Amino acid sequence: MIYLQIFIAFFIPGVLGYGGGPSSIPLVEEEVVQNYGWMTSQEFAEVLAFGNALPGPIATKMAGYIGFEVGGIFGSVVAVGATVLPSLMLMVFLAGVLYKMKGTKKFETLTTLIRPVIAILLGVIAFDFFAGSFVESGTVHTVILMAASFVMLKKFNIHPALVIVFGLVYGAILL
Amino acid sequence: MQMKIFWAFFKVGMLGYGGGPASIPLVHKEVVDTYEWMTDEEFQDSLAIANVLPGPIITKLAGYIGFVKKGWLGMLNAVLAAILPTIILMIALLKLFAEFKDLDWVQGMSHGVIPVVGVMLIILTYEFLEKAKAKTTWRFIILFTILSFLLLAVLDIHPAIVILVIVAFSLFRKEGRI
Repeated sequence: MIYLQIFIAFFIPGVLGYGGGPSSIPLVEEEVVQNYGWMTSQEFAEVLAFGNALPGPIATKMAGYIGFEVGGIFGSVVAVGATVLPSLMLMVFLAGVLYKMKGTKKFETLTTLIRPVIAILLGVIAFDFFAGSFVESGTVHTVILMAASFVMLKKFNIHPALVIVFGLVYGAILL
Repeated sequence: MQMKIFWAFFKVGMLGYGGGPASIPLVHKEVVDTYEWMTDEEFQDSLAIANVLPGPIITKLAGYIGFVKKGWLGMLNAVLAAILPTIILMIALLKLFAEFKDLDWVQGMSHGVIPVVGVMLIILTYEFLEKAKAKTTWRFIILFTILSFLLLAVLDIHPAIVILVIVAFSLFRKEGRI
């Protein structure tokens, strides 16, 4: 039952990813790469690269594309539905109740504790990407790409889409 | 009205970079300034409610605002307007990319982009830690991060279990400080 698997793979990030779409990146990776093995780490990196180069919410782009790869158009619909609908339905039906809870300490604790967990998961994926790149592209190219993209993003505030294009062009010419 | 809802959230989807949370000001601009569907206060309340819930933020906001304005059809319209165009672009681009993957220079592209994405994830990692820090101390964050690292990376416990434990702990304990 591939559609059930797709549903579960995106339902988990959809209901546990606190902090908006980007927090679902490592949770999706856990299911898609580690758990179901639908993609290699390299392919997942490409999904993130194109996802960051295009506008719009990241979680739905990942779900839409990965769902399509694994299960065609219906797979894409299932993945996006599992990402979007659970929290949206809660929002629509429970807005009144949630309105009373929004300022409470409980939710502050919740988000404060979940953020470091997401951070670790993101950091581990980044580490995997770097390790893979050291093997594939060599130390020199990897360090140049890391340093250049960091400086472009943090120091010069260059648009992320352009920084991705830089990585693509650098790779096309030199790797 | 449905056309306006579509156009408003289509713009949000096509103009926002850096994932949903970065697009919140765009939603504010359309919903409060351009179309005046909500007052600033109503918008802030909707945003606060959306933040209490997990999952992508833009689809919650778009769907909720679409629902409040025009019912279920408005909800569907707003969500699809925000996400569908970029999903289609994403599939088209990656398919095109896969088509030429045996070419050397396209291989090079896919290798070149990996450290760049890695750096983006590291920046995101730092932003998550910084936001957590805003509500507590670095000391606590560092200790808690080390603990999470042991559980997730060393013991390889599924993140869903760790997050569920945190959810249970946060919701059922008595009020107090971390």
